[in-house]
Amino acid sequence: MADLMVTQKAAAQRQITYREAVAEGIAREMRRDPAVVCLGEDIGEAGGVFKTTAGLFKEFGPGRVWDTPISEQAIVGAAMGAAMTGMRPVAEIMFSDFLACCWDYLANEIPKVRYMTGGQVTVPLVVRTANGGGLGFGAQHSQATENWAFTVPGLKIAAPSTPADVIGMMASAIRCDDPVIFFEHKGLFASKGDPAPPDHVVELGKAAVVREGADITLVALASMVPVALAAAERLAREGIDAEVVDLRCLVPLDVSTVLASLGRTSRLTIVEENPYQGGWGATLVSVVADEGFGLLDAPVRRVAGECVPLPFADALEERVIPTVDKVVTAVRELSAY
Amino acid sequence: MVTRDELLTLYEQMAVIRRTEKAAHDLFLSGLVKGTTHLAAGHEAIAVGASAALREDDYVFATYRGHHHALARGATPEECLAELMSRATGLCKAKGGSMHLTKASAGMLGSYAIVGAHLPMAVGAAWSARLRGTDQLAVAFFGDGATNIGAFHEALNLAAVWKLPVLFICENNLYMEYTAIADVTAVPRPAADRAPAYGIPGEVVDGNDVVLVQEAVDRLARRARAGDGPALLEAETYRHYGHSRADPATYRPAEEVERWLKHDPLDLARGRLAEMGVPEEELTSIDERATAVVRAAAEAAKAAPAPDPAEALTDVWADGGAAWRT
Repeated sequence: MADLMVTQKAAAQRQITYREAVAEGIAREMRRDPAVVCLGEDIGEAGGVFKTTAGLFKEFGPGRVWDTPISEQAIVGAAMGAAMTGMRPVAEIMFSDFLACCWDYLANEIPKVRYMTGGQVTVPLVVRTANGGGLGFGAQHSQATENWAFTVPGLKIAAPSTPADVIGMMASAIRCDDPVIFFEHKGLFASKGDPAPPDHVVELGKAAVVREGADITLVALASMVPVALAAAERLAREGIDAEVVDLRCLVPLDVSTVLASLGRTSRLTIVEENPYQGGWGATLVSVVADEGFGLLDAPVRRVAGECVPLPFADALEERVIPTVDKVVTAVRELSAY
Repeated sequence: MVTRDELLTLYEQMAVIRRTEKAAHDLFLSGLVKGTTHLAAGHEAIAVGASAALREDDYVFATYRGHHHALARGATPEECLAELMSRATGLCKAKGGSMHLTKASAGMLGSYAIVGAHLPMAVGAAWSARLRGTDQLAVAFFGDGATNIGAFHEALNLAAVWKLPVLFICENNLYMEYTAIADVTAVPRPAADRAPAYGIPGEVVDGNDVVLVQEAVDRLARRARAGDGPALLEAETYRHYGHSRADPATYRPAEEVERWLKHDPLDLARGRLAEMGVPEEELTSIDERATAVVRAAAEAAKAAPAPDPAEALTDVWADGGAAWRT
């Protein structure tokens, strides 16, 4: 028994947090490729306000980890110019809400320059940002903003849910010759998971079936993956066997994995933190209606955020974003259909 | 000081640009150029003078009024006019149009139609040069209107604090679209007056005198390459046409227009060449050559095919495609 406890403790120690995985993922690429450089507010000696760049300044120095003024347009605009001229910049926009401050670059400049120059220019950059709610930061520091980016052709969108995926997808994002918006969920920073093996790479646009099941497919992203998994465990006790798909990326969108799962389960619930209005789930549902209608034995459900700004108090925030209870209720209703 | 032969070359470049703009204007009126154009006739000395002071491996970022920069950096009149006329042979495969002329292979990294957006990009290109250990320079050309955009201020501050080799060159043509810049700006020199706030040099030059522009850019470029950081040059000039094709520019006082038309960049260069002893016939033959080049370019562009509609779904991603899903 004592031996087992020691083994379990050692295994737990080997686990890493999501926040450590961010720095580890960046560091691996910086060691591999001297063209990778970081810029952002407080990312240097301070290690980032979320400590997601801890250790980078010490290892790589001020020549590769650059502290910027609070100038989101300059951060992302300069990253674009550097990416166009031979570098692979990784820019941090501290909270994803602040993407609005540099929205011109994300909506008008970065995703369009390759197209409107007839393919003359490539923009291999990563914009990292802390996304989402659950921590009581109020309406201007809590939004799940991945849908903003999802409306713009020309941006790839990654949103990992586990530390290993953070590392593997960071490798893909930084190596990608296209611009990638990398959403790190601030509600997951303290969560732990298995470490990533050396050279771990997770291809962008590949969803993962993180729990197999026969009765219903739950599709979730980022912080909603653990919510969907917890709901699946509760539902299992009621005899409902849910399959959980972690979408991992919005662009490229892995429609194939979702349709294949539906082929096994014939029922679909999408769990998304962002407001129902305009959410990515609506696009996924429209593809399913278009191409997978024959697979469905029931209507689809979207458990999404309410269409209000994120409120401050826990009780109010819980009312607004999806919870395990809300997912369980939705699935129960759908299973009885 | 510029030599006779160098100035003759600069004059010929300006003559070609002036005629290309006239051709764009005529083609628009005859229905062969759709959308809009923002002609730079009157601004030629800035693009040509600055380009003469730059190296081939330097980076240039321009605005929607950027025909002259593309041409000065090596784009041909034919590929520019073909782009304006939506032909497959256009500079950007007819995906960009007048406002986005780009020739990356010549260091012309784009024309951007959101006012002021490209200034931080130029800062990034200069940062990249520093990171890669080269002494390349980045230049952002922009209008007076851009000086009231947030990105202008963010770019100047970042360039100054990181001491990057970037030149900010303002083409002050006195009008922010349809409105006099003086009516909407807190300082008389919209660009140069702001430079002290960022601790960088801010100079004013006659933007219609190609020799003065070339000298100023050469001096500031040497300084930036030596590691002394960015600078801001305000080049005073005047648009011969309105803001865009829809604008007859009737809001400009007649005497102001007349005064500036008399201060034409091509005439100024001719005056300098005459002082150097260049005979009138030599200049006339340059003019005739420029006219012939642009006429042939327009005819070739007219004869070029429209793009294949399948091209609409290429060039979003680095692999050439546009797929957003599996």
